[in-house]
Amino acid sequence: MRKSIVHWFKFASPQSFYPLAGRMIPWFWAAAAVFGISGLWISFFVAPTDAQQGEGYRIIFVHVPASWMSMFIYMVMAFWAGLGLALNTRVSAMMAQSLAPTGALMAALSLWTGALWGKPMWGAWWVWDARLTSELILFFLYLGFMALQAAIDDPRRADKAGAILALVGVVNIPIIYFSVKWWNTLHQGSTINMNKAPSMAQTMLWGMLLMAMAFWMYSIAVALMRVRAIILERERHTEWVKHAVG
Amino acid sequence: MQWASAGEFFAMGGYAFYVWGSFGACALLMIVEPFLAKRRLSEVRRSLIRERLADELESQQRTQ
Repeated sequence: MRKSIVHWFKFASPQSFYPLAGRMIPWFWAAAAVFGISGLWISFFVAPTDAQQGEGYRIIFVHVPASWMSMFIYMVMAFWAGLGLALNTRVSAMMAQSLAPTGALMAALSLWTGALWGKPMWGAWWVWDARLTSELILFFLYLGFMALQAAIDDPRRADKAGAILALVGVVNIPIIYFSVKWWNTLHQGSTINMNKAPSMAQTMLWGMLLMAMAFWMYSIAVALMRVRAIILERERHTEWVKHAVG
Repeated sequence: MQWASAGEFFAMGGYAFYVWGSFGACALLMIVEPFLAKRRLSEVRRSLIRERLADELESQQRTQ
């Protein structure tokens, strides 16, 4: 028990996390490629044409994974930020900082693909619907987190301020998730539900899940790449960094 | 497979702009972001190497 705790805390130090992240990155890229290729194959060549939306529905295969990841990354980011705030661990704060741009990218893609789906199906690029508006707020939360961190010179203080913003913003996640239930929205209800069988063809569901896995693996890979840069930037005056780069 | 020809595939049943606009934006951003992350890492590595070389030169001059 004690040994395993020590083992895990070892990776909480930037010095041991930096090479570990470097070794993990290629595996996540490989997983992203495998899931992405199989997901795209199903999205375009296996999943049938939709009875109502024709081929236009295929946007779902990127829209839903991007939207899921935008919410999930926020939760993970807030978790690391909160952990950094509570335990004062450096790597967790760096991890939160590293996740924010990827989360913002996913939120932007969710909004973009949603607009391109909304136009042909609803006749509008954008409506001030609860689901869309709360997703837009999520995008601004990511931008706010990054701007706040960038605006404070002392990185440790920036971490603390960012963590508080990230934790307060968590309240928005259930709002996005349940918005289609709580309000009368133009956005359709959730495609996958915990309580009942999914309301879509099996192949469509598989395509969506594989694409979601691909987006997930991509997010981990790119966040680990960025956290390595952040570690070196922040730890540049330590002895180990001087020896780590050759 | 429901596509009779490549043209039909790219036409996406009349939704080409919307479908390819969505997948294209995802592909573009997901290529650019890792590239930027990689560049950020190599920039900090380069500046660290420069710093170390400067330190080494300085210590050499001091010993001479």
